[in-house]
Amino acid sequence: MAVARTESPGLSRYVLPILGLIALGLCGAGILVLYDPQGGPNLLASLYDALGNTSGATALRNGEGDQVVAKILLAVIALAVGVGGIWLLFIGVGGAVSMLQAKWRDRILPWVFVGPALVLLAVFLVYPAAGTILRSLQDDKGQFTLANFAVMVEPEFTQILRNNVIWLILGTGLSVVLGLIFAGLFDRIRRESLAKTIIFLPLAISLVGASVIWGFVYAWQPAGQPQIGLLNAVLVGLGGQPISWLTTNPINIICEIVILVWLQTGFAMVVFSASIKGVSGEVLEAARLDGANERQLFARVIVPMIRGSIITVSTTIAIVTLKIFDIVYVTTGGRFGDDVVANRMFHEIFQFFEDGRGAALATLLFIAVLPVMYINLRNFKRQQVEG
Amino acid sequence: MTAPARPIEQPTAGATAWRPAFIRSLPLRVSVFIICLLWTVPTLGLLVTSVRDPKNITTSGWWTALLHPFEANQWTLNNYQTVIASDGMGNAFINSLIVTIPSVAIPITIAAFAAYAFAWIPFRGRGILFTIVVALLVVPIQMSLIPILQIYSAGNLYGSFLGIWLAHTGFGLPLAIFLLYNFISQLPRDLFESAAIDGATHLQTFIKLVLPLSIPALGAIAIFQFLWVWNDLLVALVFLGPGAEVRVLPTALYNLIGSRGGSWHLLTAGAFITMIVPLVVFLLLQRAFVRGILAGSVKS
Repeated sequence: MAVARTESPGLSRYVLPILGLIALGLCGAGILVLYDPQGGPNLLASLYDALGNTSGATALRNGEGDQVVAKILLAVIALAVGVGGIWLLFIGVGGAVSMLQAKWRDRILPWVFVGPALVLLAVFLVYPAAGTILRSLQDDKGQFTLANFAVMVEPEFTQILRNNVIWLILGTGLSVVLGLIFAGLFDRIRRESLAKTIIFLPLAISLVGASVIWGFVYAWQPAGQPQIGLLNAVLVGLGGQPISWLTTNPINIICEIVILVWLQTGFAMVVFSASIKGVSGEVLEAARLDGANERQLFARVIVPMIRGSIITVSTTIAIVTLKIFDIVYVTTGGRFGDDVVANRMFHEIFQFFEDGRGAALATLLFIAVLPVMYINLRNFKRQQVEG
Repeated sequence: MTAPARPIEQPTAGATAWRPAFIRSLPLRVSVFIICLLWTVPTLGLLVTSVRDPKNITTSGWWTALLHPFEANQWTLNNYQTVIASDGMGNAFINSLIVTIPSVAIPITIAAFAAYAFAWIPFRGRGILFTIVVALLVVPIQMSLIPILQIYSAGNLYGSFLGIWLAHTGFGLPLAIFLLYNFISQLPRDLFESAAIDGATHLQTFIKLVLPLSIPALGAIAIFQFLWVWNDLLVALVFLGPGAEVRVLPTALYNLIGSRGGSWHLLTAGAFITMIVPLVVFLLLQRAFVRGILAGSVKS
């Protein structure tokens, strides 16, 4: 921290503001290229022209040639503008503000730091959320109406809401219970980290990928044909009839929930495992001396002591289950009595062009997460007071 | 690290002491083994199928191939060749990289500056603004889709990389700011006081002091955001659309299911292509990732 402001020579007084201006100029130019739908190919074409490669340039302008290179060029500019430009902007404007009188500097500088984040949050979350709530209360002509919510009591929609409740309860419950059991079991074995990695690994896989993986487990062929899906092969091997798992309601809902549980259990397990390690050995020793066996120890001592983590993990997974989209969209599209709110919302917008209903469904999701928002805010306030 | 001593100890400890312990722990070991097997088998089936000859896939279960693994003619890499070249997974892979890298780097940069100001620069409205950030943590993305889509259609951003970079930046910011705030606000106060006494500006303190110290937190958040963006289907579907030019891996895989529904040899190979990068990142950086999860969910 030797670069004290008072020591800086006059040079840096001018360098920083100039850098700021250059940053603004570069950002502007970069954004223009990024904004132009043909910006990447056009820029590369100009480069090729400058280098004398006219045939390459013409091909690019016709939508052919090195399109991949053009895309990569675009991404490099995005990185340069997004990261480099923002850095220069922060440093330039921050430096300029730092030269102001202390009174003004202290007032303006924080807004330079938080400004870009606040603008993006306002544009991408706050404004749209307000817009969506408003839209859910309007018809296509902008008149206020409750019709978008009134349809939610029709059987078509009550089934969707019921399915979301099933997801919420079973998806969250199974992930948390299995996560707890696995964390407790793995705590006692020697190759703990290997077992944990195996359970944890699916968390890296996309829901689309996981849906393909499990779609293959659930694959179905008519009876008499060789079953290539593991589940039906086992079923037939045991003398049963093959089941078309993903099209038979309500079992398809369970099958889809299993996909999410397969992913989320690892998350729950990792958090619980860390919390269990934090339970003091003395407490456990005392309980053992009081004659508690290992199972009682887990259920009556460890679980209550890590209650905080259980609540946090449960709320996190609960939100995931409420918003569940990918699994239903990919496996069945929600066509077999297994539709959920987020999937239906997507179809309302892009298939039925019923933006009002889509907005109403999103608003229902928003209302459903409000309790979690309240808990988060209360915890945060408490943390602030303690900290 | 007493493992090397064990083989010598075991005989002297005697069979009587050792065996009951082993037998007692046997149910535990067996159940852990079964759990791990259950968790691995679905992915194993995918991997095995993706390298099998297509004509075998529809006539026999993938597990039968494991019974005679050394019959080389049943294995093939053609499935991968087909999906990469003719089903556009190769192009989608490049698009995914182009979408993901700026969508990770930009929000983290912006979030780091904001988190530092929220943690260490007093200003009017700081409390209420950060409370809003905490509230935004759980707002469903679904709330943003319709209005943003309208803005994008009006502003020609629909289907553009710029549009999806901005969207992922906006959606990723609350968690990134929150996690970085948790980390940066825990740094010792003395550090900032002595920096201020030395006459360092906030900009200098942030760059020379806070950023280097925050590398673990920045890394963990980068992994989060990377996995989220790389694996995202919804945002890509809504803002990039289904066009082949800009299709990313999850959308490409979804399209493959639509067009090649029964062709498991292609679906499995396609799915593995979407998984390979996150799996490698995850296995290499598992510790950083776990640290990030714990920072986000457990209060010390």
